[in-house]
Amino acid sequence: MEFFTISLLNGLSYGLLLFMLSSGLTLIFSMMGVLNFAHASFYMVGAYAAYSVAQLVGFWPGLVIGPLAAGVLGALFERYCLRRVHKFGHVPELLVTFGLSYVLLDLVQLIWGRTAVDFQPPEVLRGPAFTIVNSSQTGMDLFFGAAPDALCRAADAAVRVVCSPFPATRGFMMLVALVMLLALWLLITRTRIGLVIQSALTHPEMVEALGHNVPRVLMMVFGAGAALAGLAGVIGGSTFVTEPSMAAAVGAVIFVVVVVGGMGSLAGAFLASLLIGILQTFAVALDVSLGSLLAGVGVEPGAALAGSTLMRLTLSQVAPILPYLLLVLILIFRPKGLLGTREG
Amino acid sequence: MGRTHESRPHYHFKPWNVGRWVLWGLFALVLLAAPKVFSANFQVSLLSQMGIAIVACLSYNVLLGQGGMLSFGHAVYTGLGAFVAIHALVAVGAGSLPVPVSLIPLVGGVAGAGFAVVLGFVTTKKAGTPFAMITLGIGELVFAMSLMVPEFFGGEGGVSANRVTGEPVLGITYGPQIQVYYLLALYTFVCTAAMFAFTRTPLGRVLNAVRDNPERVEFIGYSTQRVRYIAFIVSGFFAGIAGGMYALNFEIATAEVVGAANSGAYLLFTFLGGAIFFFGPIIGAVLLVLAGALLSEFTKAWLLYLGLVFLFMVMYAPGGIASLIMMNLRVAAFGKLRPLLASYLALFGTGVAVLVGAAALVELVYHLQLGDTIGTQFNFLGATLDVGRLDSWFGACFVLAVGLALFELTRRQFELQWGVTQEEIEREIKRREAAI
Repeated sequence: MEFFTISLLNGLSYGLLLFMLSSGLTLIFSMMGVLNFAHASFYMVGAYAAYSVAQLVGFWPGLVIGPLAAGVLGALFERYCLRRVHKFGHVPELLVTFGLSYVLLDLVQLIWGRTAVDFQPPEVLRGPAFTIVNSSQTGMDLFFGAAPDALCRAADAAVRVVCSPFPATRGFMMLVALVMLLALWLLITRTRIGLVIQSALTHPEMVEALGHNVPRVLMMVFGAGAALAGLAGVIGGSTFVTEPSMAAAVGAVIFVVVVVGGMGSLAGAFLASLLIGILQTFAVALDVSLGSLLAGVGVEPGAALAGSTLMRLTLSQVAPILPYLLLVLILIFRPKGLLGTREG
Repeated sequence: MGRTHESRPHYHFKPWNVGRWVLWGLFALVLLAAPKVFSANFQVSLLSQMGIAIVACLSYNVLLGQGGMLSFGHAVYTGLGAFVAIHALVAVGAGSLPVPVSLIPLVGGVAGAGFAVVLGFVTTKKAGTPFAMITLGIGELVFAMSLMVPEFFGGEGGVSANRVTGEPVLGITYGPQIQVYYLLALYTFVCTAAMFAFTRTPLGRVLNAVRDNPERVEFIGYSTQRVRYIAFIVSGFFAGIAGGMYALNFEIATAEVVGAANSGAYLLFTFLGGAIFFFGPIIGAVLLVLAGALLSEFTKAWLLYLGLVFLFMVMYAPGGIASLIMMNLRVAAFGKLRPLLASYLALFGTGVAVLVGAAALVELVYHLQLGDTIGTQFNFLGATLDVGRLDSWFGACFVLAVGLALFELTRRQFELQWGVTQEEIEREIKRREAAI
């Protein structure tokens, strides 16, 4: 039970982190028709910028400045590179962001080195947020913060006690993601700026005729999307590890999220993020293989099959390919994505 | 209703396209003579790699240039082709597969086409941006699988084989690299010719139409999805041949050959060479091998330079190097190249200044970063730069700033001149048309 709860929460927090990234990607895609290949690179830039600020003045200013740096970088890139290739069509737009991902990766390696940097979360977030103590004697108990040491050690050998802590950084990740989502939703649906953005999405000519600078709106949206990725980077970088390969690690997964959710659908991206986050977290934690599963239901595979990789591979080993398998299955059975509206 | 006869004269004169024969003859000659000119061991090895890269980049261009399909997972087909070919080579060595070693690349080709049949069915369901994302996902899928299934992919060490096996035919054992080079050169030539012929078939033409206006193609009655699918299989076949050539050349295949780095390199260099011309990817492939072998020796930050060149290419010359060549050929054909030469010289000089300044700065930052391991002093084009000294930094910045300013000045001048020349050419063309 406590395994299930903790895994679910871990999966949810990872899914929310994925959504922080894929929401920006989806927003940019639905407004500009551009798939930002460098989106995960902004995630990395945010993490590294926040790391540098954290070295100088502390984590909390970094939490603000990191996303800002990524956002400004994104806006500048839109203004001076992306806008220039817009007239060539969608493929060159995708290519220019592809080139940017190379340049950003190497710039980061140039400035911060090729190995991981030591980006720690602040003191407050280092411990567990709460601990579930499951004792065979007293049942389940919930403690905020770390559980007292004495509780986790069984008094005598007959009593089984399991303490499952939930890291505070994971909780913070969920909190930031939810606050950000709420702010984004309020911004888009309740403010004047959001109104302009929404209308620029469907009727750009009309919005322009009414005197709004649509290219500047697009630049702001691109910058905002990059800033969201940067924010996710600060959280993700301090929770997991800040290294040059962090962009590649999430890059392909967020593309899967966007396709599985349905291109351009924000709600679909949300659903797919949580789905993939939970799927991967549970898969990593489960140590069953096809062979053991068959043995469980009483089927004995043949001698030749028993030793093969197919029977030996555990679910935790195949966890990295699960998102891509999901992508293939979705494409075969529901090509427009979970909540997508258009095919093509 | 009877058949309507076309009002075409019975006598149909079709001149030989002399230029084309000359070009292909030259291509064959270059392939033949290259190892005579560059005869050192590592040079022949580089030439062999170029042949492989040419087939791979051309097969990629069937998707990108001719079909408008941006694939991020082309290494899947070259890589799986290489793996199947290496397994075939192992089987030949063990005597269980009666296939001559010379035909191993074809085995790779069939494997590549087979995987394209299976995976392409999923990827070509979509076009445009979703297609790009799905190929990326499939690429990641295959790469992740390669680390999981050691039976086929050989785990960390990969699968290796020996190409010197069986009875020698006409004294050819494929022991010396030069024999392998000529085999690969033959494959390169035949594949290039076959892919060029493919662009001339009705299917190749419809593929171009699918790239340019899929909606109209659907209206005419073609299924764009099926056209993409068939083109994908053709591309997979040639990619597999490139993989088989790779297997024969290196006698080993590791998990990296299906990795994203290779897919990215095919995309980058095909585009750099020029995707809109048939011969563009050949230039790109030569650059691919040269950059991988020489540029990476020269500087650790070579991917940064590559990325920057790519960015500028997409922004300013989306037709790649091939389009730059063709544009200047057109200017030359109208006899207007000579006045531009001075501008080219100025552009080149200032461009070199910018490059030197930027490169010095990059190397300085790089040595500042890795000062502990590679030292803070280094030799840059004959000058000794030191990370700790201000004059090194100042010098690099100064060269960069002056170079940039001069380059911008000459660029503006050149742009004006270029525009005027192009207008003159347009007018000349109109005049000639009017004269007819």
